[in-house]
Amino acid sequence: MNFDRIKEKLEILADAAKYDVSCSSSGGKRKNNGGLGDSSASGICHTYTEDGRCVSLLKILLTNHCIYDCIYCISRKSNDIKRAAFTVEEVVDLTISFYRRNYIEGLFLSSGIFKDADTTMERLVRVAKKLRTEHNFNGYIHLKSIPGASDDLMNEAALYADRLSVNLEIPTESGLKLLAPDKNREDMLQPMRIVQKGIQQYKDEKKIIRSTPKFAPAGQSTQMIVGATNENDLQIIKVADHFYKNYGMKRVYYSGYIPVTVDNRLPSITSEVPVLRENRLYQSDWLMRFYGFKADEILDFNMPFLDLEVDPKLSWALRHLDQFPVNLQTADHKMILRIPGIGVKTAQKIVSARKFQVLNIDHLKKLGAAVNRAKFFIDFTYGNPFLKHLTDLNLRKLIIGGSQSKFQNQFSQQLTLF
Amino acid sequence: MTTLLYDGSFDGLFTAIFEVFEYRYQDVEICSKENFQQENMFAEIHEVITQQEKSERVLNKLEQNIGKSGIHQLLQVFLSEDQEMENLILSAVKQSIKHPEENILQNFADNDILKISKICKSVSRERHRMTAFVRFEKLQDDIYFAKIDPDFNVLPLIRKHFKDRYADQKWMIYDLRRHYGLLYDLENCEFFYPDEKLDLNQYQQKFHEEEKKYQTLWQSYFTKTNIKERKNTKLHIQHVPKRYWKYLTEKW
Repeated sequence: MNFDRIKEKLEILADAAKYDVSCSSSGGKRKNNGGLGDSSASGICHTYTEDGRCVSLLKILLTNHCIYDCIYCISRKSNDIKRAAFTVEEVVDLTISFYRRNYIEGLFLSSGIFKDADTTMERLVRVAKKLRTEHNFNGYIHLKSIPGASDDLMNEAALYADRLSVNLEIPTESGLKLLAPDKNREDMLQPMRIVQKGIQQYKDEKKIIRSTPKFAPAGQSTQMIVGATNENDLQIIKVADHFYKNYGMKRVYYSGYIPVTVDNRLPSITSEVPVLRENRLYQSDWLMRFYGFKADEILDFNMPFLDLEVDPKLSWALRHLDQFPVNLQTADHKMILRIPGIGVKTAQKIVSARKFQVLNIDHLKKLGAAVNRAKFFIDFTYGNPFLKHLTDLNLRKLIIGGSQSKFQNQFSQQLTLF
Repeated sequence: MTTLLYDGSFDGLFTAIFEVFEYRYQDVEICSKENFQQENMFAEIHEVITQQEKSERVLNKLEQNIGKSGIHQLLQVFLSEDQEMENLILSAVKQSIKHPEENILQNFADNDILKISKICKSVSRERHRMTAFVRFEKLQDDIYFAKIDPDFNVLPLIRKHFKDRYADQKWMIYDLRRHYGLLYDLENCEFFYPDEKLDLNQYQQKFHEEEKKYQTLWQSYFTKTNIKERKNTKLHIQHVPKRYWKYLTEKW
């Protein structure tokens, strides 16, 4: 093998794939039967890039040759960049060799579209098939489905991959038309429907025939670019909610737009990556998936953008002061989850610990709550002096003053004076 | 005050705990022989002889009260090598015997239990990091070799993970701080305790001819998958603390 050439290809095709946000290797349940690898349910991040994102999978493109010309994309046809393509064998060898050294949990393979959707998809499937059948590889495989790929190929892909995904790219259809004139939403939805149907069918058959082959066991995910067009956060959250509910998505990823092109349809090349907005969207996503919030509780038509100053849960609490204070000793788990500063694990610990004794603010601190926020919203059995601020018009200022955002200096658009 | 001295083993510790109940010691501390320094000249010394039967009796009783996962938590505390480790475990056992109907490990408002829960969190974080940050290097004899230096003694906790994952390659993980390792030879996966420290001089000369090349590929991948526009060193170091860097191939 020509290592210098492989290195060059790897550099080009890793660079082109880095904007894909999905990194997860969780949800796989493959067992090792004397071959190589397994997929543990929680997944493992093996390292982190200097931008702080986790590296769990070898994330590369099969090729960055592309017949499409989506303006936001670095691999678009009209962009004058170095092009490269891996062979099936090369991808397989890299995956296995990296996996054996414990660098990665598996492979995330995406591709520019060369020739047509089916030819590209067929090649992606061939990589996965070779890994599974010839190399007895049980690590994680995530394939990026090609919009417009045929149903048969999607079904075959789901037999070898753990997770499949199609990127929605732009949250709104009008935005997509503007920035990716060659793509249409329907071509993206059809593969998702096929996978969803297959997963359901698998579940039904599994009940009767235990040996039914696995079908995309880690489900499907999608991602949207945020801030390339002028959609608001409410629209984004609604789209995410729609895909969680109607397509059984495991994850929706949000990717703050990084300017790569000068074009009057796009934000200026010097605009900042909306990191804070992206973070708030993920927080909202968590509220929907783990905290029992509904999409229209987080935002509504009167308030279409997420508050950049406070997190969405605190923002909700400040708009619903009538629901507080919450009594830590008696409130149900659902309501404890809604207290600002209390996370999923802390809520669980509170419910366990309060059976043994009456909890006070020191306990709360030790259990891991962010007491600087939580203390204003909680009624302890013996009373709580901070409750007098609950009706204070300046409660919001008081809380912001008492806490430090980790983003404050790093991504602030304002200059600090002192 | 009575000080129970035991041999430093898990079974030894639980034999000692058995004897605390057997001899009805009230004011008592447990200490391993290795760490023992006599400070209190009036303390009475009681030497414990490890008896698996006694240890098992305590563990079986405990398992009924706090379950397998509770025992696993106490094992994590044991492997933490924390100075207070013996007496925290003793405290948990005492509480569990007193309240057999409850899982006392969930009483997070109790100071000792909270400490146990924190130690478990640290140990399991270190365990998880070892499953992530172990880097195998392929040697000439086709063994994949990895060096680790964890803050806690987590090698026993990662054995199953690596055994399940790398069933078709020979591998070895060696703890540089505690001078013992884990070896899988395609059939068995056992701990080994070399008489002398492993000599790792000229270690790189033992590399398989392709090893350097794949390391270079991994380094290129690591560099290229980074998004410069989003550089965030603080977050990076939070996830990959510097003390691990010298063992990470990508941090060359």
